[in-house]
Amino acid sequence: MSKLNRILSGLGLSLTLLGATVAHATDITGAGATFPYPVYAKWAEAYKNNTGVGMNYQSIGSGGGIKQIKAKTVDFGASDAPMNANELGMLGLTQFPTVIGGVVPVINIEGVAAGQLKLSSDTLVDIFMGKITKWNDPKIAADNKGLNLPDQSITVVHRADGSGTTHIFTSYLAAVSTTWMREVGANKAVKWPTGTGGKGNEGVASYVQRIKGAIGYVEYAYALQNKMTYAQLKNRDGHFVSPTAESFKAAAGNAKWKASEGFAEILVNEPGADSWPITGATFILVYKTQDNAAAGAEVLKFFDWAYSHGDKMASDLDYVPLPNNVTAMIRKAWMDQIKDSHGKAIWH
Amino acid sequence: MKSTLLHQARLKQQIWLDMMFRGLTRLSAFGVLALLLAIIASLVMGSMPAIEAFGFHFLVNPEWNPVTDEYGALVPIVGTLVTSGIALLIAIPVSFGIAIFLTELSPRVLRRPLGIAVELLAGIPSIIYGMWGLFVFAPLFADHIEPWINDHIGAMPVIGPFFAGPPMGIGILTAGIILAIMVIPFIASVMRDVFEVVPPMLKESAYGVGATTWEVVMKIVLPYTRIGVVGGIMLGLGRALGETMAVTFVIGNAHELSQSLLMPGNSISSALANEFTEAVGELYTSALIELGLILFFITFVVLTLARLLLLKMSKREGKST
Repeated sequence: MSKLNRILSGLGLSLTLLGATVAHATDITGAGATFPYPVYAKWAEAYKNNTGVGMNYQSIGSGGGIKQIKAKTVDFGASDAPMNANELGMLGLTQFPTVIGGVVPVINIEGVAAGQLKLSSDTLVDIFMGKITKWNDPKIAADNKGLNLPDQSITVVHRADGSGTTHIFTSYLAAVSTTWMREVGANKAVKWPTGTGGKGNEGVASYVQRIKGAIGYVEYAYALQNKMTYAQLKNRDGHFVSPTAESFKAAAGNAKWKASEGFAEILVNEPGADSWPITGATFILVYKTQDNAAAGAEVLKFFDWAYSHGDKMASDLDYVPLPNNVTAMIRKAWMDQIKDSHGKAIWH
Repeated sequence: MKSTLLHQARLKQQIWLDMMFRGLTRLSAFGVLALLLAIIASLVMGSMPAIEAFGFHFLVNPEWNPVTDEYGALVPIVGTLVTSGIALLIAIPVSFGIAIFLTELSPRVLRRPLGIAVELLAGIPSIIYGMWGLFVFAPLFADHIEPWINDHIGAMPVIGPFFAGPPMGIGILTAGIILAIMVIPFIASVMRDVFEVVPPMLKESAYGVGATTWEVVMKIVLPYTRIGVVGGIMLGLGRALGETMAVTFVIGNAHELSQSLLMPGNSISSALANEFTEAVGELYTSALIELGLILFFITFVVLTLARLLLLKMSKREGKST
């Protein structure tokens, strides 16, 4: 009997402990995209040190983030691909961007170093379409005079999992090619005409490094931190650009954000001589009508603080912070759009 | 007087405990059954939208297009079956060799260390096999073995097309080989255990009348242990069918049906692992759940077939061959 008692009391103790962790839920909770997780975690740590309020972010993927905010189990959801104004309206959500990242084509060709290979949008589309199959194809050679390209088959590597990175990349391909738009389209996962799939940035990166003659695409920060062999791209103004913080900022500055449509802007093929053509922001989703106004205000306070104090932390992690004019627009949108249950704005 | 009362109280308590214990065991057993039914029910419910939209065409459709919301399960089904088939093709003879060596031929001092090594292999988490496969095995395979396969087997008539393709190191064949390495310890250790229970008298009598080792194994050991051997193979097959992480690393994850085993493909479990987290939209999620249901069904069919096989074997028992 005493054994049973011990088990029961043990059970009771663990239940009390469980209760204690639940009761301690004054922190902000969010869930979603994996891409911005490092910077959100960094911001959360600094914010906690400054204000004492913690932010608990689960990087479970954009799809998961959308499901969680729909189920109202978190204070905010996070997604790499923006929802369009229609979907937002239906769900009663509003969204705003936080940081900008981009996508970089990476290659593995013997004798070709980072930044040496130049690709125009047409050749990039044809490679991913499976129409250009050799690295010494005349269309590639035309942009790369003086570079010795081998007679080697091209192996395309794409993401196997649904991903915001794929969404940005295919949006770019669809923006520059009507054939791509018609036959493949733009989404977080698509039916790839050719190639093999890796799971996550690291999966694509390791496939590209293993397979000779491979080309893939990874997150800008990932390519930078792992010193991958990237290719230059020709932007809308006809200049070849390298993926750098400057070329990303140039693209972001030239974008036309619209608060009324939930900033649903995919920053691909932006104008400007220095703009990197494949960039995109990552987004936060919150309800327009906040049942719990206090919790809603905490979320906005956190991101307000991050916009004012988080730029350096973001750049250190190779994200591109939003330009100031954009963050001003976002704060104004909060005031106009996010209300408590009595219709009063929760952000002033 | 007092002591008998005490004795009776204790007896009562014991009866009560015994009943509780019996109830608990029954609860656990039926709990498993209830859980199984609940899982099937939720899988069926979750895949209803996809079943309604695609019907039986889902099973034979090679399309998988999240943009147009058209899904078919042919590529992952074929990938799952082919990789598991390759795995068994390699694993069964090798495991058989390991088990025979360990029980019949190995010097006594080597038995324990070799046996422990095989069991340790079974305990390695599958993701380790996946990483080893991708970082160590795939490059070696691509640089040294696949070019040879291409030149020698790829040029042959009939089977040639199955072994032609760019040497990437990842693909259906690599996944099958990694799976084989993973299931060998399972099959080998079961085989070793059942071979060990063969009565020494039987074997010694056979040796006594002049049988060779080969004859003893084929005519005495194997017939005596076939139920256990088939059981071990089924255990291995079950693991191969459901294996996720290791396969995801090396199969190439392409929703494409290609004739060559060197080309990337997809399996049910790796499609689920890759796509479930980011699947948005009812039909996409539902198609993935239906894939899960199909895997469940395949495993169920395989296990049933194994049972039938065993039943048939035991019926033939005792009849002269």
